[in-house]
Parts: sequence; structure tokens; C-alpha cells
Amino acid sequence: MDIHEYQAKEILARFGVPVPRGGLAYSPEQAGYRARELGGNAWVVKAQIHSGGRGAAGGVKLCKTPEEVQAFASTLFGKQLVTKQTDANGKGVYRVWVEGASDIAQELYLGFVLDRKSERIMIVASAHGGMEIEDLADKDPDSLRRMIVDPAAGLSEFQARELAFQLGLRGGQVAQMVTTLRACYRAYRDLDAVMVEINPLVVTHSGDLVALDAKMSFDTNALFRQPQVAELRDRSQEDPRESTAGDHGLSYVGLDGDIGCIINGAGLAMATMDMIKLAGGEPANFLDIGGGASPERVVRAFRTVLADGNVSVILVNIFAGINRCDWVAQGVVQAYKEVGLTIPVVVRLAGTNVEEGKAIIDGSGLPLISADSLAEAAAAAVSARPRKAA
Amino acid sequence: MAILITENTRVIVQGMSGRIGSFHAADMIKHGTNVVGGVTPGKGGESVLDRPLFNTVREAVEQVGAEASLIFVPPPFAADAIMEAADAGIRTAVCVTDGIPSQDMMRVKRFLRRYPAERKMRVIGPNCAGIISPGKGFMGIMPPHIYMPGRIGIVGRSGTLGYEAAAQMKALGIGVSTSVGIGGDPINGSSFRDILELFEADPETDAVMMIGEIGGPQEAEAAAYARDHMKKPVVAYIAGLSAPKGRKMGHAGAIVSAFGESAQEKVEILSAAGITVAPNPSSMGETMAMVLAQRKAA
Repeated sequence: MDIHEYQAKEILARFGVPVPRGGLAYSPEQAGYRARELGGNAWVVKAQIHSGGRGAAGGVKLCKTPEEVQAFASTLFGKQLVTKQTDANGKGVYRVWVEGASDIAQELYLGFVLDRKSERIMIVASAHGGMEIEDLADKDPDSLRRMIVDPAAGLSEFQARELAFQLGLRGGQVAQMVTTLRACYRAYRDLDAVMVEINPLVVTHSGDLVALDAKMSFDTNALFRQPQVAELRDRSQEDPRESTAGDHGLSYVGLDGDIGCIINGAGLAMATMDMIKLAGGEPANFLDIGGGASPERVVRAFRTVLADGNVSVILVNIFAGINRCDWVAQGVVQAYKEVGLTIPVVVRLAGTNVEEGKAIIDGSGLPLISADSLAEAAAAAVSARPRKAA
Repeated sequence: MAILITENTRVIVQGMSGRIGSFHAADMIKHGTNVVGGVTPGKGGESVLDRPLFNTVREAVEQVGAEASLIFVPPPFAADAIMEAADAGIRTAVCVTDGIPSQDMMRVKRFLRRYPAERKMRVIGPNCAGIISPGKGFMGIMPPHIYMPGRIGIVGRSGTLGYEAAAQMKALGIGVSTSVGIGGDPINGSSFRDILELFEADPETDAVMMIGEIGGPQEAEAAAYARDHMKKPVVAYIAGLSAPKGRKMGHAGAIVSAFGESAQEKVEILSAAGITVAPNPSSMGETMAMVLAQRKAA
């Protein structure tokens, strides 16, 4: 689960990371007011969306007067901001962060992630932070410093110091870096984060470290024990189809094709999408109905898939273990009746209670296309698509 | 002999008194699995499915000689259940639970390191379908009738894709020695490499079907192991060739994910290591049949 920059900064500041003073605004007027409240003669106005790359997309601006702050903020509110990290629809701006401008002598990069290889927390740092960090990682991977932290011992001061010296920091900056690194590590560990990123972490001309930007993502499996984090969820930043599906126990990701997929298990879902492509079709979505799916959840899956207007055929592929083919079949029949389906539906059932499931499909009298194997199902779905007018 | 479970393995179920636990335990018993008891804290002394319930795993080990445990415990308590099994002296724990926090699994793996190798418990999963040695026994949620007993090992992240492979092989008359679902979570108890090692050493396994997917470094590690240490042939399939690149916030994920995490890169790495990669998910069975025929001819 992602959170906004200003929320990440508030959290990290609580753990001891230095951040600039700032204020949140829900309207252009409030943004102007925040600038006056903060004082000074330059402010940075930043659109709050769950995505990076905001600067290049026009979501961040340095302003010289409170009037300019308000004017720029008024161009942001309600806008769909499209960045390199969003899809083509972008993300809606409903909150704006205003902070005092910092002077920047150097930009560093700092990231904390779960490293699947060592199965521990990995710190990635670079003396050259900023927007080009991914290019740098491609072209000059050795310029990135990596350090694995053993969770049994935590991040020791000597480790943090080593990293600070490697990044070329000197004098009082080293102690500030040690504080910042250990604060990020504690925030990561205590709050069940899966990602903490400060980019850039700037060194000011007076030699102080300040986190100019911050991002945090959290382990959704751990939200049950992190209620303060769970409260930060912002549904306006999620794809409404994906989050509604998630509320009903479905894992859904919208794609660009026209073959709607209803499948159990992420691996089988990916494999079925591979098979559709191979048969010459394009999947409209990834959808995993999960384990033990009731007929109602299957109906919900149909509604979710059909909310995508591009879908011209639906492929149901279930290899049931903890699921039951008869429940899925009941769901298919129920969906056909309740939703008023007008497009072809291909159904492939295998595994637990397959005979009962097939009997329900065959006995339903509905124009469902049955398939026995994965290859057959994909081919049937591709050929069942209505021919597009030339 | 198969690996991890045979008809003699004394199996307990942690969470057996629950609806899901008792349902699957009944199915396991029906298919010949030697289920000797269950563990539900507070229900010790009661019984489920004519098997005794214990308050702790230690009691189950001491009183009915439990060797393997199937864990059906809700996510907030699952890590603790795994550690309890390890401490009680269980040899193999299979955890089906989906939704365990990553840091809990980090803790479990660290906890397991405190035991010397000969007493260290093997964890399969979490978030997996379980393990089955067809005709002998199983621990998990898979439909046992789709597997034919035989001499091919299966190891995969995805449960349902493992079923698909078993069904395709059965249709071609190819049976399975043991099928292992290692689970889809970022941190899992056993890796592809761990299971390949067991299959290589198993006299009842002739070849291995390995089913991977996008993300993570484990397939590359398994490829190196197969190339350097295995005599038995490995057939692989990697799911997700058509999957779009995930959209994650920030740069950290993109920076850390090394070469070898996309499906295409995994196929290249596996092929370079001499592993035959099935071109698509409906040809897993055929590809195995072809490799077995080549072996026979050679």
C-alpha cells in the first residue's frame, strides 16, 4: 500500500529524519495561506499523488510569491497527472503540499527495500540522486552502494557510518547521515514497510542533510497490526476497478485487450494470458478469484470483468484444488442470468468436483462454450470474438 | 521413496479443528495419508476425525511421534505456528496460509537458523498448495485424483499451474513421484534449488518439471544448480511472458531488481543452463514426454 509524500515525511520526521517545514492544502486558497504561514520568500508546491516523476510531469513548481503558489495550485487541483510511473490515465490531484524552498548543494539517493535474494532489508544509496537515478543504475551500477541489514542485529552505527563515508560525506554530515539511515531503518521495520525512499536527500550549502522527497510503501499483509498506517490509504489514488475487486476478494488488473479472464491462481492466470496471446488474442485483464470462491464471488468477478467496455468474450479457466468446480459453475450460470450476458463465454473446468461442475454447465441450457484443456480454451476464446468491422 | 512425504510419514495438522483444516485433513485421510493427530491450543484432549487433538506441537511429537505438520493457521499467527513446529522437532512443515507479513517470514527464517542442520526443520510455503506423493499421501489443498503415481518430480510456485502440469502429464501417461508447491510469497521456506537437490537424490525420481514465474531470483539460482550439480533432466515453464511490467511507485524496486527477473530473461538463463523450456503452458506435458524419449534413445 502506497502513501503520499507528505505522509511519508511526517512519519520519517517522527523517527528523526530531517525534513523541510511545510503544510498541506486541499484548495488553492489554502495553498496560498500555507505559504504566508510558513514565511520566507520561496516555496515549492508539490502535487500529492501516489507516483514518482511528478516534477517532469509538471506537478512540482518553485514559486516566489504566495499569489504564485495559489495560482499554480489552482492548475493542479482536480487534474489527472500523468507521469512515467502512472498509466495513461494518470492520478488525480486532490491534495497539494507547500514547503519552504531548500538550497541544494548536492543530491543523494537513499532507498530501503526487501531483498528477495538475501531475504533481508537492503539499503541502496548513491552520491548522485535526483530524477536520473534509474538511468544511473543502468549505466553505472557500481556507483550504487548496497548494504544488507541483518534484522537480528538491526542497522549498526558502524554500518551507517561506512555508508556515509562511501557517499563522500564529511564532518557533521556523517552523524546526520547515521541518524537518517537508522531512522529510516526503524520506520521500515516498526511499521512493516516494504519500501522507503528518499530521493533526493539533499546536502544544503550550509552542510545540512534534508529529505526533499519521501516515498513509503507498506506490506498489505501486515496492515492488521498497523492501524495508523492502514488509515492512510487513499482510494482516490487507486484504480477503482482494482480496489473494488479487492474488496470482494478478487485480484484484478486491467489491461488493453478484449478477452476477459476469470481464473484461479496467479500462476495459472499468467499462463492463461500467455496462451491467449499465443493463440492470437489479447487479454483484457488479469483476474484471480482466489481460493474457496463462492458462486457470489464468481458473479462479482463477471461484473468486474464486464465493467471494461472493451471485453468481447469471457474466458473462465478454473483448475480447482481448494476451489470447487460446482460452485464456480453455479456462479457462471447465476452471472449469466443476473448480469444479462450477451457476449460469448468459454468455460474450462478441471480439478475438485469437476464432474458436478460440468453437469451444471451442460445442463444449464445456456450458450456456454465448454473446453477441456488450456489450449482448447484459449483457442475457443480467440475464435469466439466477434469479427471487428473493417 | 519419493521426497518429503510417503505413506509412512506421521502427519499432524495445526489448525485441524477449524473448518478448512478439518475439511482438508479428512481428504488427506481418505487418500491414505497417515494423519496421526492435530493441534489446536485449548482443545487438547478432544478429537477430530477420530484423531487426538493436542494443545501444543511438542505434545503431538512426544505422544504420537509427529514428523510432519500441515499448517492451516490464520496469517497473524502463522509465523508463530511454524516456529512452534520447528522447536518441537517436526522435520517438515507445509504452510498453506496466504497473507503472512514479509517481516514475519524473515523472523521465521532467522529462527530456523538456530538449529543445527540435522535437526533443522524444512518449511514448504507459505501461500502454497502443499506436497503430494501420489498414491502415498499428501499434505495440502490439491485435488489428489489429478496426479498419477510415477517417476517425475514437480516443483512450482503456483499451485494451480502445478495441477495443470500434473494433468497434462497424466494425459500422456506420465506419472509423478512427488509434487511440491513452494508458494508464491517473496520470502518462502524452500527454494526451487532446495527441492531440486531432494529430487536429484531421490532414487524414485527420474526427471523434474520446474514451474516458475516472473519476479525474484530463485529460478536463476536453480538454473545454476541444475547445470553444475544435476544428472537428471529438468524441464521448465515460466509464466508471465505476456505480463505487463508492474507499475510500482518510486525507483527502488527498479534499481534493485537485477537481470534475470523477467520471464524472458528467466527463459534465457534456464535454456543456457541446459534446461528444456516448454514454449507455452499447454505444452508442459509434451515437453516432458519429448525429453524422456530423448533420454531413452540416448
